[in-house]
Amino acid sequence: MVSVLTVLFLVVGFGLVFFWTPMDADQGFKQKIFYLHVPLAIVALAGFIAAGVEGYRHIRTGDARHDLNSYVFIHISVVFGVAVLVTGAIWAQASWGKWWVWEEPTLVSFLIVFLLYCTYYPFRYAIEDRDRQARYASVFAITAGVFVPLNFIAVRMAESVIHPRVFATAEGGLPPSMMWTFLVCFAGIALLWVTLVKLELVGKRVNGQMSRLRRSLGEESAPAPGTRRVSPQAEV
Amino acid sequence: MAETDGPAISLRGLVRRYGDRVALDGVDLDLPEGQTLAVLGPNGSGKSTLLRVLATLLRPSGGEASVLGARLPGEAWQVRGRVGYLGHQPLLYRDLTGRENLVLQARLNGLDREEAAESIERDLELVGMSSRADEAVGGYSAGMRQRISICRAVLTRPPLLLLDEPDSNLDPEGRVAVRDLVGPASGRTRVLVSHEPERALAEADLFLRLGPSGKVEEVGTP
Amino acid sequence: MSVGQAFDAWKALVGRDLLTEARTMRSLPAMVLFAVTTFVIFRYGLDRTQLSGSLAGGVLWTTLLFAAVLGINRLFVSEREEGGFDAFRLTPAPANVLLAAKVTSLFVYLVVLELIVVPIFALFFLPEFSSLLPLVAVLLLANLGFSLLGTVVSSMAVNSTARDLIVPLLLLPLVVPLMIAVTGASAPLFGPEGPGYERFGEWLMVAALYDGVFLLVGYAVFEFLLED
Repeated sequence: MVSVLTVLFLVVGFGLVFFWTPMDADQGFKQKIFYLHVPLAIVALAGFIAAGVEGYRHIRTGDARHDLNSYVFIHISVVFGVAVLVTGAIWAQASWGKWWVWEEPTLVSFLIVFLLYCTYYPFRYAIEDRDRQARYASVFAITAGVFVPLNFIAVRMAESVIHPRVFATAEGGLPPSMMWTFLVCFAGIALLWVTLVKLELVGKRVNGQMSRLRRSLGEESAPAPGTRRVSPQAEV
Repeated sequence: MAETDGPAISLRGLVRRYGDRVALDGVDLDLPEGQTLAVLGPNGSGKSTLLRVLATLLRPSGGEASVLGARLPGEAWQVRGRVGYLGHQPLLYRDLTGRENLVLQARLNGLDREEAAESIERDLELVGMSSRADEAVGGYSAGMRQRISICRAVLTRPPLLLLDEPDSNLDPEGRVAVRDLVGPASGRTRVLVSHEPERALAEADLFLRLGPSGKVEEVGTP
Repeated sequence: MSVGQAFDAWKALVGRDLLTEARTMRSLPAMVLFAVTTFVIFRYGLDRTQLSGSLAGGVLWTTLLFAAVLGINRLFVSEREEGGFDAFRLTPAPANVLLAAKVTSLFVYLVVLELIVVPIFALFFLPEFSSLLPLVAVLLLANLGFSLLGTVVSSMAVNSTARDLIVPLLLLPLVVPLMIAVTGASAPLFGPEGPGYERFGEWLMVAALYDGVFLLVGYAVFEFLLED
């Protein structure tokens, strides 16, 4: 159901992007990456914060399902993060003729957040005991989730010192066609995130059930060390 | 806090897992106050794990456990400071002296300073460490470390002692020296883990034999 | 455990850390040596004999941050290797007493480090020293942030198989906002025409906000890092 909606919204959204929204006078066609870049960034950040909330629920309740959610949220958001940085670079090229601009605080903040969340994997991988791994990963998710807004505040302040907001972001005063297209695209991207999360959760659940089955058959389950350590399995 | 007539330790289907590996598999046990339990079993049968769970150092993965009337893991904080735990590791800082280690531990337990200082002095005398108590633990022999570690375990005068091979590294003289603190004469409830069934059973009122992967093989009186 | 007892437990733990450091000198000399050597490297890397403005702030804060990482790496090593975690958890002292003690110890290490290397920095690179007095406020706020984050990260890393790797990996991105704030506050202090105070208070507020937020985070999560 969700996946059908995802496809629907994305197809309609991209249709609107191509055929309805006005062509930007200076930046031309490449400016339309805005409809991909901004929703991706917002959804990825929301995913990071949701992962922090799940991490908090995990250490409060000790229920492994919340750790699994937290892990999958971060995982999908990091994947989205790669897309955010790539689309951001393309947008920067379109707007300012350079692939990377330090003067755009939102993009720089996102880079820092992305770098932090990339360390989630090596960190998780480096803890052997599974319960401890889950607990520490949750603490990471909480700390990093709190970090996200602080980071945006600090970076934005740093920028306004040197450059008093030369580049206004496209948020203020969008024409209705752009606004509606943006909202449809945003819904599509958000649904895509949900679909991917669900897909990965199902995958983990199958893995978890498989290893439980093996265990109950008396087989000493010993999956390859790496795979077992990095990702939590659903025991439910 | 139920300090009264209930057993000192009560376990129902206690399970502890490390990831997929099961270390304790459904342990049932009641240990009345003042009695000594000998825990026997081969290496890897979960003896030390059981002790760590009882000491609140490890959380149970399943089943019910209550120690000194407090349910684990929720009420673990009620147990802390009231069990004397002696594990494989001495739990002493190497760069502090024996006495400094004991004073630190006393302060972490919130003991009255002067009373603690007195009882530390008495215990050190008892285990024959008075003259060496102001040397850094890093320079001690294993047996000396064990003696200080025993002083640490009994520092709070706990009603329950959890002892993982208390005689290890001790010479015959040392075994006699620590008897008043952790032996049967201490009058406390004791859980005794040992590789030497004869010696442990001689002191025990009850015994628990664990098999491979933490299954209970036998509970009984010697 | 009463508040007075918890306070005494805190004092005992801080006392142990400082006494051990005084006896073994495991962290501080390395931190100082590292910082001074890094100044020398910056002198040639930047090819400057005098620094001012944001360049001076950048050199100072980068050096202090990396020197702090050395201390943070070692912060919980004896707890891990000598059974200090277990010994602590056997006592009724609340987990946050250990958090507070380690934050305090790290804070003291950083103050000692700065007492030695900030004058050296000034001697090496600054034309005059009037910026050092207001810098103290920035240093204290930065130390609190480094100590809080450092303690949480260190306690997480020490139970992993790659302690030395995990500490910088986690810590560096996490302190970026604090670094922005403290470099922002100190850049005008090192102005070529004597200390300036442009947005000084504003940046100190950001640093204080950062410290306050992570104080709460540390308080909320630390007990879960001690469990087994």
